[in-house]
Amino acid sequence: MNLDFSQNHFELFGLPVGFEVDAGALADSYRALQAQLHPDRFATADDKQRRLSVQGASWVNEAYQTLKDPMRRARYLLELRGVTFNDESETSSDPGFLMEQMELREALGEVREAADPMAALDEVGDRILALDRALTDGFEQAYAGDDLMAAKDAVLKMKFFRRLREEVERLEAELEDELA
Amino acid sequence: MALLQISEPGMSTAPHEHRLAAGIDLGTTNSLVATVRSGVAETLPDADGRHILPSVVRYQAEGEPVVGHAARDAAASDPLNTIASIKRLMGRGQGDLKTVAGHVPYEFAETDSAVPRLRTAAGDVTPIEVSAEILRSLRARAEASLGDELAGVVITVPAYFDDAQRQATKDAAKLAGLNVFRLLNEPTAAAVAYGLDQGGEGVIAVYDLGGGTFDISILRLNKGVFEVLATGGDSALGGDDFDQAVAEWILEQSGIGEVDDHRQMRRLMRAACAAKEALTDAERTTVRVERVDGSDWEGELTRGTFKALVEPLVKKTLSACRRALRDAGVSKDEVENVVMVGGSTRVPVVRERVGEFFGREPLVDIDPDKVVAIGAALQADILAGNKPDEETLLLDVIPLSLGLETMGGLVEKIVPRNTTIPVARAQDFTTFKDGQTAMSVHVVQGERETVEHCRSLARFALRGFPAMVAGAARIRVTFQVDADGLLSVTAEETLSQVRASVEVKPSYGLTDNEIETMLTDSFSHAQDDMLARRLREQQVEADRVIEALDAALAADGERLLDDAERAAILAAREVLVETRAGEDSDAIKAAIGRVEKASEAFVARRMNQSIQQAMAGHKLEEFE
Repeated sequence: MNLDFSQNHFELFGLPVGFEVDAGALADSYRALQAQLHPDRFATADDKQRRLSVQGASWVNEAYQTLKDPMRRARYLLELRGVTFNDESETSSDPGFLMEQMELREALGEVREAADPMAALDEVGDRILALDRALTDGFEQAYAGDDLMAAKDAVLKMKFFRRLREEVERLEAELEDELA
Repeated sequence: MALLQISEPGMSTAPHEHRLAAGIDLGTTNSLVATVRSGVAETLPDADGRHILPSVVRYQAEGEPVVGHAARDAAASDPLNTIASIKRLMGRGQGDLKTVAGHVPYEFAETDSAVPRLRTAAGDVTPIEVSAEILRSLRARAEASLGDELAGVVITVPAYFDDAQRQATKDAAKLAGLNVFRLLNEPTAAAVAYGLDQGGEGVIAVYDLGGGTFDISILRLNKGVFEVLATGGDSALGGDDFDQAVAEWILEQSGIGEVDDHRQMRRLMRAACAAKEALTDAERTTVRVERVDGSDWEGELTRGTFKALVEPLVKKTLSACRRALRDAGVSKDEVENVVMVGGSTRVPVVRERVGEFFGREPLVDIDPDKVVAIGAALQADILAGNKPDEETLLLDVIPLSLGLETMGGLVEKIVPRNTTIPVARAQDFTTFKDGQTAMSVHVVQGERETVEHCRSLARFALRGFPAMVAGAARIRVTFQVDADGLLSVTAEETLSQVRASVEVKPSYGLTDNEIETMLTDSFSHAQDDMLARRLREQQVEADRVIEALDAALAADGERLLDDAERAAILAAREVLVETRAGEDSDAIKAAIGRVEKASEAFVARRMNQSIQQAMAGHKLEEFE
């Protein structure tokens, strides 16, 4: 088979370019590609073929991970439109948003002192999920309306929520272990 | 951009050509080899009909190393030359030995190489060479049984094995002359053995309770694609702990109390293990042990009592299951199949509690000692191209995050754990100082934020890019992980295109050169003048035995031996000193044997004592 590295990730999986992705179609297409490309299919082939297969399978894996994850997918869409991200220095500068983040962090910090820590954690977790969902909707609208600056700001904000969600999961694990 | 051309799978394979392939379960305690014949996967027995090969290698001054049952039987009489549990040292560097030394009874040689070497009668050996002996023995068994050379093998490794441990396993296979199609995760192999890859979709839990380790893995199967979602476990929990619990019960019930004699302890552990095994089928069993004064104690152990004794241990495994499920992000009722692996899952209470925990009957039809090897054999058969219509694809993930050291000893993760492999990922870095023309790249593996808490895999330097102001250079570091989980790293300054790359091996694996040297060494050895060598080796061995004995007597002779025992040992020593001066290698060998026999009890007591000292205040996890 031929693998065209100049294709973008959506083209690779035969999907329309856009934030909305059919998860089932993506997974099916991914498996079909891996079934052809994976190094296990070339276990008895020569070194060159095996090397090519590793490259191809790696590329398909990376593309799949990118499209599967909403935040990475959003960022990739913007990169296709020529938006660049500078990871070290860039962050959202919306003061209201940053204030909200601080409040959420404080609320998380106080979960342990609550009478029912699990319930308190669930409550903060739900708030975080709702805000994160609203942010995703905001990205979709901005992207559809070609407001790339607003869309980029939404992606930068998504990063904050990702860290908060990780924090929630970690805390949940700790609490469960203590209660078990 | 250029088009990548890849032929259809199987195209390079001539039709109807059947390639011989085998699956190898290279275990900590036992190893097995299996193959597919007439469509059926089965483990292969040795000439005596035994399927299990104890993962024990005994090195002797003369002749080839002994592998398996014979080596294991010699463990008590020749502990320093009999290497067991080598898997625990695979992929470990010199630095790791500080935590292991004193807990394995081996002597380590001083060496400049990154790879530790164990001192034996046959010279210094690396863990990779020891594993290669086990693999060589399994290879010989398979080739004798199949009548021709193996085209390739699948070797299983624990899902949590890091890059260095996987690399070491591959190096051992290379040294044993084996072509490795693929390293396969043990839990995935077990699931394949049950044919779970054939049917539909769902979450699978693999519960693996061996002699000394416990592993739990959560896999997801989706249209023939296996994904490892999470792994967990306890590297110091296994069936041996069950025996220990029963032994303690016997001591308490019989009023024996403390046991300080090594041999009696072994008898006690054997009785405990036998009782445990008897309770697999029976509701109650009689336990008989000898007290120190020679009188017998007899008691009855019921399944109920046994259950209570091991309950805390089983509970520990279930907590690990709970954690693994959480890491995997799935709930208990999503688990559709529970696969049991490891001899200790024969214990009924284990099956019962695991069944209760997951709310479904665990799969136990395939011999839990053989299930991993059988799965590996099935996969080897597919990879050899013998089943061209096979659609199953086993996608593995990396168990630990891979990253780079950045300023201040912090870790920047490049490939997070549980990423599907193979994978390539690049990240750009820049310079810290004006005029900087070189950058050092330190590759680490682990989940922690700081470098000292992660495993160091490799260091290399990118040199000779043009001087620029700080922050202007663009250094792209690319991580490539192949389907076996092995890493190579490339760094390139993208403006000037200066490149440097490294196969991540040198830190803990052996370099290709070292492997070449070992291979040529083993050839040239065979061409030596056998007789002269045998005599020289026996003399060296005699010197070693005398020296070791003298040191032991000086240290513990007074305390651990009575006058008669000491006299017997000294007499045997005297004979050895005399024969050593002569030129009869067989006589020297016999004399060595007599010294070893005479001091057997002494050696056992000393071992027992040093193990007790070493274990005091330590937990085994520290040595993993």
